[in-house]
Amino acid sequence: MQAAEPSIFAKVKPQAPLLSVKGLSKCYGSRIGCADVSFDLWPGEVLGIVGESGSGKSTLLSCLAGHLAPDTGEVIFATASGPRDTVTMSEPERRRLARTDWAFVHQNPRDGLRMGVTAGGNVGERLMAVGARHYGTIRHAATDWLGRVEIDAGRIDDRPSAFSGGMQQRLQIARNLVTGPRLVFMDEPTGGLDVSVQARLLDLLRGLVREMGLSAIIVTHDLAVVRLLADRLMVMKSGHVVEQGLTDQVLDDPQHAYTQLLVSSVLQV
Amino acid sequence: MYVAVKGGERAIDNAHAFLAEERRGDPAVAELGTDQIREQLRLAVNRVMAEGSLYDPDLAALAIKQARGDLIEAVFLIRAYRTTLPRFGAARPVATGTMACTRRISATFKDAPGGQILGPTFDYTHRLLDFKLAAEGGAVPDAPMQPAPSASLPHITTFLNRDGLIETAPPTDDTPPDLTREPMELPASRALRLQALSRGDEGFLLSLAYSTQRGYGRTHAFVGELRIGTVAVELDIPELGFAVEIGEVELTECETVNQFKGSKTEPPQFTRGYGLTFGQTERKAIAMSLVDRALRWQELGEDHTGAPAQDEEFVLMHADNVQATGFLEHIKLPHYVDFQSELELIRKLRAEVMAAQAEAAE
Amino acid sequence: MTDHSYNFAYLDEQTKRMIRRAILKAVAVPGYQVPFASREMPMPYGWGTGGVQVTAACLVPEDVLKVIDQGADDTTNAVSIRKFFQRTAGVATTVATAEATVIQTRHRIPEQPLTAGQILVYQVPIPEPLRFLEPRETETRKMHALEEYGLMHVKLYEDIARHGSIATAYAYPVRVEGRYVMDPSPIPKFDNPKLSDSPALQLFGAGREQRIYALPPFTRVVSLDFEDHSFHASKAPHDCDLCGASESYLDEVITDDAGNRMFVCSDTDFCRTRREAGHVGRLGKTAGGGA
Repeated sequence: MQAAEPSIFAKVKPQAPLLSVKGLSKCYGSRIGCADVSFDLWPGEVLGIVGESGSGKSTLLSCLAGHLAPDTGEVIFATASGPRDTVTMSEPERRRLARTDWAFVHQNPRDGLRMGVTAGGNVGERLMAVGARHYGTIRHAATDWLGRVEIDAGRIDDRPSAFSGGMQQRLQIARNLVTGPRLVFMDEPTGGLDVSVQARLLDLLRGLVREMGLSAIIVTHDLAVVRLLADRLMVMKSGHVVEQGLTDQVLDDPQHAYTQLLVSSVLQV
Repeated sequence: MYVAVKGGERAIDNAHAFLAEERRGDPAVAELGTDQIREQLRLAVNRVMAEGSLYDPDLAALAIKQARGDLIEAVFLIRAYRTTLPRFGAARPVATGTMACTRRISATFKDAPGGQILGPTFDYTHRLLDFKLAAEGGAVPDAPMQPAPSASLPHITTFLNRDGLIETAPPTDDTPPDLTREPMELPASRALRLQALSRGDEGFLLSLAYSTQRGYGRTHAFVGELRIGTVAVELDIPELGFAVEIGEVELTECETVNQFKGSKTEPPQFTRGYGLTFGQTERKAIAMSLVDRALRWQELGEDHTGAPAQDEEFVLMHADNVQATGFLEHIKLPHYVDFQSELELIRKLRAEVMAAQAEAAE
Repeated sequence: MTDHSYNFAYLDEQTKRMIRRAILKAVAVPGYQVPFASREMPMPYGWGTGGVQVTAACLVPEDVLKVIDQGADDTTNAVSIRKFFQRTAGVATTVATAEATVIQTRHRIPEQPLTAGQILVYQVPIPEPLRFLEPRETETRKMHALEEYGLMHVKLYEDIARHGSIATAYAYPVRVEGRYVMDPSPIPKFDNPKLSDSPALQLFGAGREQRIYALPPFTRVVSLDFEDHSFHASKAPHDCDLCGASESYLDEVITDDAGNRMFVCSDTDFCRTRREAGHVGRLGKTAGGGA
């Protein structure tokens, strides 16, 4: 029994985190974007980052995803060839990661989609970027993914501009997940959508996260999103992480005064 | 029979002959001398020199005559000629602080040491057609004279600078890149941007500058100083070991004073935009300084608002009228091989669709 | 009748050396667009200034120059450029493809296979194959550097999704030696196969855009496509009405108000040579007259 434990443990808990963030800071002039953020993300884990606007959560996400260069700190990603600091990595390597191992879901689907390209082309782009050269196969994968995000296959040759906001967001998700990325960054994925549309999207996302065993970092101001999707939670205020822990634990028994305020304001809604 | 759609040498020669005839116009009217153009259409000459990047009023006048008054065509002639000239060296930076000014105004100070000099400006003329000019001859009375100021006129922004109220532009000994000798590399340094703007199309810069005033990349510009006059051009002669004055050029220089930047820790300071052009080309110099300032958003920590004038690549890649007009007009050239290829394709695609429709109808 | 007020082939020697350095770099990295400090030329940008500068940098007095536009030696722009080099370089000119040592072209590759020692100079309006997918030069250069060519196939995908086949008829993008994606200039896709494994040196000059690129002899050039929608070099399904050629690229000429038309070789030298050899098409007469 005791001898067996380590092996069971190894199956449940991988030996190294997928992403390891150490002492990450970013300032805009004299204003703090985010300060001294450290955390580990383990494979298959979904981390939620919550806070009100201006709390630094979006700055943090941009630094993690390589869209912004942090002033100090490390963002170590477990690449296929071992752990690498993506901050000091060359831009070509970082861009390669961005189109292979990583995916980024923008709050505004217009930022993440090619609005002039059909739904099929949008989903197929990442496949073609990594070498897919069979039209039929690409089309098949695109059709399959449209189905998985509940878009009618008959809309495959329509452009996203003809889609509703919710459909555009689902299309953006399909476009990102089609190549099976190892880490997904999401910036307010349900922001800007009607409440009923949000619920459907959340439901869909939860299904995909479970089914694919996705590792993800989700930035949101909406506690309902993290309660549904996130295993762990980080609460940010004025650029600092004020509390982190298991999602249920943080939400049900908030320790920091700010978290208590956040949670209570949700309850009031 | 095979009709000749392909032009030939004779057609070109004939077109050139026709052009020469049209250029001369009615032979009963006296021919225009290039000296007349140089003296009496001086602002056109200035524009051609500025955008042609070659300071030579006689050649510019010739180009205007040859181009039948089409200034972009004249700029093009000057540029093509300029390419063939050997380069002996680079002049020392001209000292605009020692400019012999014919015009010098500031919008930011009512008066300043050296005073405001209006000079030969349209500014306060009433735009009424002067039919006297249509009549012939008539001597122009001499304009009143005044002795030139004894000391050189300091830049008005230096007064602001004394108190640290405006950003400094520290002097540097770096050799700026040369747009005419190296391909444009983006992102560009400010020196390279200014070169491109200085030879850019006046109309394009005017529109861009105007757009910043209307809110597309607003920078709240005032003309700190606009000065027009002549400066000495000096060239280092290695054999002599010192610089020799090789001539004078007329320049227009515009420095704008723009909205300040600063923060809790850095005291606020005004910022600058800069324009420098050949000849009296006031509109161009002011426009250039506004566009220069708008392009500096990144360096000054401002937001990119998506304004065209903030977009370096957009501005620099489209400012040159010789490039623009060539490419625009090249669509006059035969493209029938490509068109044929498209024709085949569209016929094939149509045939496929019609076949499919016919099949569906059965 | 060389004009001695200008240097041989117009450009000064320093400029030619600069262009030759760019050409050498382009030859060393096939398909890569080398920036060069394009000069203002006495013809408009967009009218072959890049090609003219490359030709000027390559010409030596012994060269025999041929200039074609749309495949023809007597189109206005070809005439104009040929005259320019006659005047400024005094080199011999020809219309015969086989006799030429340097051929400057716009929009076509000659029908007669090129041979070792020949240089084919293309005039290029927009050298960047990714330009209409991504307008920013700063971005497209990165995409080339990182071989981020997914977007190129998105364009082809969109064509097929909409039209059932790839709807690019000219300036059809190619991949050079498995590395750089290149715009072959606006030649009809019929000419694309001739780009590959040619014994001649192929140079591409874009004056306004300040780029030179090259295909050294025997470079492998593949037209982009999908495995299940492969590239097809197409032409009008006719024979030349003058010389009867079935394998050459054809121009369509409308002959009367009733819309009657004839098809003739776009390569005037090829057509003339065939007619002189006795080939006759549907509407042709035997031998003799030029085009």
